[in-house]
Amino acid sequence: MTDLSYSPASSGSSATKIALRWGLYIMLGLFALFYLMPLFVMVTTSFKSLEEIRTGDLISLPREVTLDAWRTAWSGACTGIQCEGVRPFFWNSVLIAIPAVMISTLIGALNGYVVAQWRFKGANLFFALMLFGCFIPFQVVLLPMARMLGLMGLAGTIPGLIFVHVIYGLGFTTLFFRNYYVSIPAELTKAAKVDGAGFFRIFWSIFLPLSLPIIVVTVIWQFTQIWNDFLFGISFSQAGTQPVTVALNNIVNSTTGVKAYNVDMAAAIIAALPTLFVYVVAGKYFVRGLTAGSVKG
Amino acid sequence: MTKWLEENTPKLVLAPSFVAVLIFVYGFIAWTAWVSLTRSRLLPKYEIDGFIQYDRLFASPRWDTAFGNLFVFGFLFIVIAMVLGLILAILLDQNIRTEGAIRTIYLYPMALSMIVTGTAWKWILNPGLGLEATVRGWGFETFTFDWLVNPDMAIYTIVIAAIWQSSGFVMALFLAGLRSVDQEIIKAAQVDGIPTWRVYTAIIIPSMAPIFLSAFIVLSHLAIKSFDLVIALTGGGPGYATDLPATYMYAMAFSRGDIGQAASSAMIMMMVVFAIIVPYLYSELRSKDD
Repeated sequence: MTDLSYSPASSGSSATKIALRWGLYIMLGLFALFYLMPLFVMVTTSFKSLEEIRTGDLISLPREVTLDAWRTAWSGACTGIQCEGVRPFFWNSVLIAIPAVMISTLIGALNGYVVAQWRFKGANLFFALMLFGCFIPFQVVLLPMARMLGLMGLAGTIPGLIFVHVIYGLGFTTLFFRNYYVSIPAELTKAAKVDGAGFFRIFWSIFLPLSLPIIVVTVIWQFTQIWNDFLFGISFSQAGTQPVTVALNNIVNSTTGVKAYNVDMAAAIIAALPTLFVYVVAGKYFVRGLTAGSVKG
Repeated sequence: MTKWLEENTPKLVLAPSFVAVLIFVYGFIAWTAWVSLTRSRLLPKYEIDGFIQYDRLFASPRWDTAFGNLFVFGFLFIVIAMVLGLILAILLDQNIRTEGAIRTIYLYPMALSMIVTGTAWKWILNPGLGLEATVRGWGFETFTFDWLVNPDMAIYTIVIAAIWQSSGFVMALFLAGLRSVDQEIIKAAQVDGIPTWRVYTAIIIPSMAPIFLSAFIVLSHLAIKSFDLVIALTGGGPGYATDLPATYMYAMAFSRGDIGQAASSAMIMMMVVFAIIVPYLYSELRSKDD
């Protein structure tokens, strides 16, 4: 902690100190309002009736709380021609995210284990190639991937989206595990080898039990990325297989009928709930993933 | 046979990922690069025909807008998010009792999808019913805030929403940086009676140079890839006033059926990313080997 506020250097009277302290808290509070305001507006709007939205203002609390918008958002709002709300698309996202997170984390763990502990000629090259792949703008693979999914018979399907998320998630998952395993002394692997343990045995009985923190970080990172993905979702899905982000965008930007802002907001909150939940429950790991994933090569 | 298998297990484990990366990253980049040099329209053609797509791209007013927007948006987004992130980090670094809670509040937008962020801000910035109408309702009858539908100003709404989403993350980066500065040096400076602001400007901030670089890399990467936010907030409009290269590429690939333009714009995006990333990665990897 850079404890500057109580330093002997800032030799003012205690009254100025208290005033400074108050100023500090007021500034922090104003910034907190800036970050909370959109969430507050979303929540209050979602509980208002359309009538109240038209006559009231943005930041007032609902005069009469109604759950109609939530009901419509979940099971009645129109995404194009379909009017089933976000529910089916929410489940699509679940069906895409869970296997994609599991597979990419498992492969990333094995890759990281090899690159960090079983160095051989070419392993570093592999890692460099993977690392580079983390940074490409996905636009550069969209066209060939669309054709490839077609050739594989996976165009517009949920397995197709799982496949895409696994492939382009591998760079980060490998990176996370590699950076974690590289700090485990190589002697451990050597000793286990002398004792006759094989590649998978060492992974399973030594490395995996040590890996819980990095597994949590990776799973959270991958889940957030995949749940919040829009580009792959809109490029590689069709009417029945769209993830929730695409459905949300379709609801908000649908041009038919009356604009139901309360339904838009309820749908947006529903789409945001899983990742918000993860953030609130495991914020520490979420931040660790963010910093590790973005800072380090 | 088993011995061979035992010796080569690590390589065999890596092999599928290796092949996947070669095909789906590098092979695909090569494919896009190749197609960007052909006359492909609705369907890909494979006869190389020089830089005709790039000529068309840079002659297109829509691309002109998109590419220009990238620099306006990228510059403002990166500079403001960094300044705001640094200010927040320094404010939070003063022994704040509720630091944990405040940090959680500043950072939660990062957990949201850009589509959610765009939806929320689209509603707030809605001239008819949002902020403008609210402030007018308070008695400021002439208050106007119509950036969302104003072609000259709409790009700045994207800047606002993007900063809202990412500045907390920059704060987290800087806060970690502030905490890693050698406390002995700071104490020594304080004993010498150097004022607090000088401690920050002369000692702490200069020692965080690597973190500035990281934040810059991450933010510029986010800026170039920005796609969802534009789609959700403005849809690229009014007209194509808020198009970015990412939305241009998508429009060419999936609604205009112009594969050649999609491929060449994607290649330009990749070149911009590489112009920023490659020197960074190179210096990172080199310093590791030393």
